[in-house]
Amino acid sequence: MGTVKFSFTAVAIGALVMAFAHWFHVDYLFFACYTILQFIVLATAWNILGGYCGYVNFGSAAFFALGAYSSVALIKFDGEIDAWFSEGVANALHYIFPLPIPLLIIFGALVSGIVGFGMGYLTLRLRGSFFAIATLALAVVLQTLIVNWDFVGGSRGAYVIRPENLEFAGIAINYIEYLFALMLLLAVIALTTARVIERSQLGFGFATIRDDELAAEACGVPTLRLKLIATTLSGAFMGMAGAPFPYYIGYLQPSSAFGLEYAVNSIAMPMIGGTTSWVGPLVGAILLGSAQQYATVTISSAVNLLIVGLMLVAFVIIAPNGLIGLVQERLRRRQS
Amino acid sequence: MPAQARMDISFDLLINAIVAGLLLGGFYAAVTAGVSISFGMLDIVNIAHPAFIILGSYIAYFININFGIDPILVSIIMLPVFFALGTLVYQVYYLSFERRGQESLRGLAFFFGLLFVTEVTLILVFGVDYRYVEAAYIGPSLHFGIVDLPLRMLVPCLVALGLFASIELFITRTFTGRAIMAVSQDQLALQLMAADPIRIKRIAFGISIATAAIAGALLIIIQPVEPSVGREYIGRVFAICVLGGLGSMPGTLIAALLLGVVESLTATFYGPSWAPAVSFGFLLLTLAFRPAGLLGR
Repeated sequence: MGTVKFSFTAVAIGALVMAFAHWFHVDYLFFACYTILQFIVLATAWNILGGYCGYVNFGSAAFFALGAYSSVALIKFDGEIDAWFSEGVANALHYIFPLPIPLLIIFGALVSGIVGFGMGYLTLRLRGSFFAIATLALAVVLQTLIVNWDFVGGSRGAYVIRPENLEFAGIAINYIEYLFALMLLLAVIALTTARVIERSQLGFGFATIRDDELAAEACGVPTLRLKLIATTLSGAFMGMAGAPFPYYIGYLQPSSAFGLEYAVNSIAMPMIGGTTSWVGPLVGAILLGSAQQYATVTISSAVNLLIVGLMLVAFVIIAPNGLIGLVQERLRRRQS
Repeated sequence: MPAQARMDISFDLLINAIVAGLLLGGFYAAVTAGVSISFGMLDIVNIAHPAFIILGSYIAYFININFGIDPILVSIIMLPVFFALGTLVYQVYYLSFERRGQESLRGLAFFFGLLFVTEVTLILVFGVDYRYVEAAYIGPSLHFGIVDLPLRMLVPCLVALGLFASIELFITRTFTGRAIMAVSQDQLALQLMAADPIRIKRIAFGISIATAAIAGALLIIIQPVEPSVGREYIGRVFAICVLGGLGSMPGTLIAALLLGVVESLTATFYGPSWAPAVSFGFLLLTLAFRPAGLLGR
């Protein structure tokens, strides 16, 4: 299937879900599906670096929160324009601010992408495990910075008022439906990018790094440059997933933005689905995401995180290639 | 306030901050000793180590509250249990990842899963309230002129240094210890000497987890503990381990004392909420300028 055809199919499937939810007027369905789509973006982003290159990023929550907090910073900035600038400048700025969410998403992608690039530049020339450790520590440090930064609410958190409806070309659109549509678009972009990478020279370069970095280097593959591309892309997508989050949740706190569930889910979903292709994170995110939506309502959120952790451990031991690997193995056995 | 008096107070503060930092650094050395063995010598990136430390804290807490036994004594009794736990974890790790050559991606994910499962289990069992232990040396402090030595910091520091010294002696003086050094340098050569590298590694990993029992008891003496405290220590232990030079025990001790002092100074003069950022700064600076660490090979 061609890339264009693929992305149209993805949009069509998403539009069907949206039409279904809209038809039945279930706001909860939008909230639930938004979370699952967000996890699809996060898992796919993680997989670009983790699955394709073999470098583990434990700091998904940090990149996600970075996106969310860059939005908060811009929203707060909008509130301070009149106090900070003279009237002329303020009026000019009011033409641009408040920024629409798509611009916030692009801004979040820039911030997270730059941080990803910086982290990669400092640690990717060393042994692989150093990068993993640095990303683990990054989450703690960024959280410290945010907690101490009063402008974005510090440890108290920040309220972001979500408008009820959005006027677009004279039609009023329900805000949660708008957020959902944006996240759907992001998911399609992320999946399409992952799929394109997989079939391009870039993807083959990534695979050589994953299989044997030393040999790749010896054959003239520019490993450092490829790894930096992967880290930046992966970080940027995580930032994109986080940017609309303040509007979604309404009240953003460091502990919720840096929540463990983002770090563990963005690793567990590709690992359980299968890391070698774009299908794995998608399958993992849909399965784990909907299971968690169900379990959070029926059991408790701590138990459901425990289940995710146990599944992660079980899958990496028993089924190293995830669900996709299990299916492929079964198909192969049937053929022979 | 006259300038002279202000000087005195900040001088007092400075001296006390440095002393407190050294005591804290001694404790960090005990926390890092295990990672120095597993990551530094065996090349096993055990990011779940802090989770085992918190587990040690909770065991010390549970037995101390219910039976009134001293937390340090509890941790010494628990040493064989943690050793056995460590050998078990290594066995799983070896069979599932190291033997298949998949330690980099799936091995890391495995330890991350362990870290996560331990933390969430502790939350489910004990809740997210801060827990603390009771012992005679928690509370009083010694005074030497302007310097205060709180016993709740001094005792853990001394125990930590004792633990550290015994590990160093064990590694340099005993046969098994030297074999551990050998396996970190050349596994194949050790195999040719008719020693089983896997068995040596299993013992070494067991020792590394056993240190977590003591480090955990010390941690809960120093500060109240809740399940997610362990995450703050991930950055710290790996920063110390890398700064000290992988696998170098003297380097680890120096790096631990250094980090302790800098953290304590930061907490005193800029506020305690900034302290966790210090270790990350150390880690990044080391990785950027001297990846081999202070006393690296």
